[in-house]
Amino acid sequence: MTQPLLALSGLTKAYPGVVANKDVSFNIMPGEVHALLGENGAGKSTLVKTIYGLVKPDSGTMMLNGAPFTPAEPRAARASGVAMVFQHFSLFDAMNVAENIALGMENPPPQREIAAQVRAVSDQYGLPLDPSRIVGELSAGERQRVEIIRCLLQDPKLLIMDEPTSVLTPQEVDILFKTLRKLSAEGTAILYISHKLEEIRALCENATVLRLGQVVGDCDPRTTSARDMAELMVGTALHVPERAARPAGDTVLSLKNLSAKAPHQFGTALRDITIDVQKGEVLGIGGVAGNGQDELVAALSGEMRTAAGMITYLGENIGHLGPNPRRKIGLLTAPEERMGHAAAPDMSLVENAVLTATTRKELSNNGFLNWRKARTFAEDVITAFDVRTPGPNNAARSLSGGNLQKFVIGREIMQDPDVLVVNQPTWGVDASAAAAIRQALLDLAAKGTAVICISQDLDELMEISDRFAALNEGRLSAPRPAQGLTVEEIGLMLGGAHDMEVAHVDA
Amino acid sequence: MDLSAINPILLLASLMVAATPIILAAVGELVVERAGVLNLGVEGMMITGAVCGFIVAVNTGSPLLGFIGAAIGGAVLSMLFGFLTQFLLSNQVATGLALTLFGLGLSALMGQSYIGIKAPEFPDWHIPVLGDIPVIGPIVFQHDPMVYVGLAIVVAVWAFLKFSRAGLILRAVGENHEAAHALGYHVIRVRMLAIMFGGACAGLGGAYLSLVRVPQWTEGMTAGAGWIALAIVVFASWKPMRLLLGAYLFGGVTVLQLNLQAAGMAIPVEYLSMSPYLATIAVLVIMRAGRAPGSLGQSFHASR
Repeated sequence: MTQPLLALSGLTKAYPGVVANKDVSFNIMPGEVHALLGENGAGKSTLVKTIYGLVKPDSGTMMLNGAPFTPAEPRAARASGVAMVFQHFSLFDAMNVAENIALGMENPPPQREIAAQVRAVSDQYGLPLDPSRIVGELSAGERQRVEIIRCLLQDPKLLIMDEPTSVLTPQEVDILFKTLRKLSAEGTAILYISHKLEEIRALCENATVLRLGQVVGDCDPRTTSARDMAELMVGTALHVPERAARPAGDTVLSLKNLSAKAPHQFGTALRDITIDVQKGEVLGIGGVAGNGQDELVAALSGEMRTAAGMITYLGENIGHLGPNPRRKIGLLTAPEERMGHAAAPDMSLVENAVLTATTRKELSNNGFLNWRKARTFAEDVITAFDVRTPGPNNAARSLSGGNLQKFVIGREIMQDPDVLVVNQPTWGVDASAAAAIRQALLDLAAKGTAVICISQDLDELMEISDRFAALNEGRLSAPRPAQGLTVEEIGLMLGGAHDMEVAHVDA
Repeated sequence: MDLSAINPILLLASLMVAATPIILAAVGELVVERAGVLNLGVEGMMITGAVCGFIVAVNTGSPLLGFIGAAIGGAVLSMLFGFLTQFLLSNQVATGLALTLFGLGLSALMGQSYIGIKAPEFPDWHIPVLGDIPVIGPIVFQHDPMVYVGLAIVVAVWAFLKFSRAGLILRAVGENHEAAHALGYHVIRVRMLAIMFGGACAGLGGAYLSLVRVPQWTEGMTAGAGWIALAIVVFASWKPMRLLLGAYLFGGVTVLQLNLQAAGMAIPVEYLSMSPYLATIAVLVIMRAGRAPGSLGQSFHASR
């Protein structure tokens, strides 16, 4: 048996009040694609941060190629051949690609040489990238390429990837996987973290499952079903959303030639969006981030006003109405960004409930808030959606991502909307919370509400949508029934990865 | 009114002198803000520098040592700000304002026995050849050394930010401190160094007022120059070369209004005194400010 590239044994790290990692041990072999699975809060991030030198373990040892490995900081980890692509990209928007790459290197050559190296590597692995472009203007997929190329230029022995595919189109995912397989064939080990079990089954040779900071199992993802892995992660049987067939209802909301200028420099203009939304349906809108999702949500919620006649609700023109009048007539929105857009992080859950529900739930009289009523409403949301928090007076910031998302979505659903717009309802949310949110959306639709679900997670859209449409550069494709759509067809609707090519160099 | 009393060559020459304290203070603050820290205490650090420089220069008889003392005084005061905001995570805006008030009070206390004394002067020096060029010579090349030191610092900061590795790291820290931390850079260390540099530059700017421009010590003598320096950093879109432009504009309007006062222009003096500030505000409003550093004014705390 060959020596493992990286051997972890007995790693433990405790924070005040919570044990993030408890006695974690596993091995990564050279050239292996190893998956690290677990729900939010299972300790995956802490573990990879330990390997990357950002976190010091309380106890336990790491061995790299048989030698003790105790990186004091990321610099040391990089020098030993460990590279990492972060979930939330560690990029600098105002700087160009070459500068961003130089910042991730130990002894960077002059900018001009970096540019040449970037071109060479991006050519070799089929990841086209112009070194002189400003990162703030790149798409999510291109930004990820910057991160990957930054890692590849250091010739890593171990590449850590934290949720790399959440922002990519299926075609981009294919290309990423080809790049990763090629790297693995060249002998680079990859530690791959993802929620998406099907991807792990397609890519990885080995998987370690974490739950509450402990290793609860190892498996070969190629022979284990996604359901079994999910249940290993969650620890209980997983609830799969159920959907009943629904007849098409009356049209409640219609968009007619909806066009709007990009609201800011890095925004996307909406172009000629026309669609009717019916009672009781779930309309799924897919697309890669930055193709007009935020602008469409803003136009629907009333944050961005549009010209007369473009948006009509039950036959009435509502393009000039702001968010509160729209809430009043039954059009509610749950935006994507939990911290800061959907919720005010430093305000309590009660206060956050008041912020959107005061119109429909009559939480105020003559300008004075009715705190008792507001508190009851917040408590109702917390109970109905199983939000784990000590109480409604806790700050929104103190909740985990999944719990806050359940609260944000629940707050809108409990107001009995006629149309509900949700953007990325399960972004960064663990499997069981995601299933609960999807089920709630389906239940809402079954009661006759029209649900517009904008998401980048195609599996999610296929699971809950009745009809599917794709946003590409501010244009919306014609909707198609979701049942029977193949991944290839969806990829084509999304506009595909037109500027990408597949790795073409022989290993 | 007698406009012919205004000598255009002298006017342009004094413009460079009037702009120098602002250039010095502003270039320091620019570096601080590019590192992601908003230090509103420039005025306080400037006046502390002014009094420290004055005390050292009077006691040693050397203006050069005075400037060094001013830089140290400004840097020490800025370290107080750095300690409070970077280690104790206090609010940068409130701490900066407090620093200004503290600096004004501290300088008044320190300078009590120095009121009414004249500062030692730089020995006359004459730049050969360049200083003898007609028109341009008197405007550009017949100043005291600090004018050129100020310009050299601006050029050095420009080159540092654009070409050096350390400058790239400093910009990275100011742009996205979380990402810089994740890549293994020492956010707090970089920021403390930047704050110290900003304090030293503000101190030099203050000393230029008390040792060269006035040259005397009076309480509150900076008279808002620190605030103008802060505004000019925004006006310059955080770019060193544009900063020169802003400082010269302000300096230009300042000396012009002084000349107009002397020439006896028939409008109240108060309006003329306002004009440099109004001009700066007007330009700030008209010019579209560039993009501020992404992490400007935010506290950073590594979660480990």
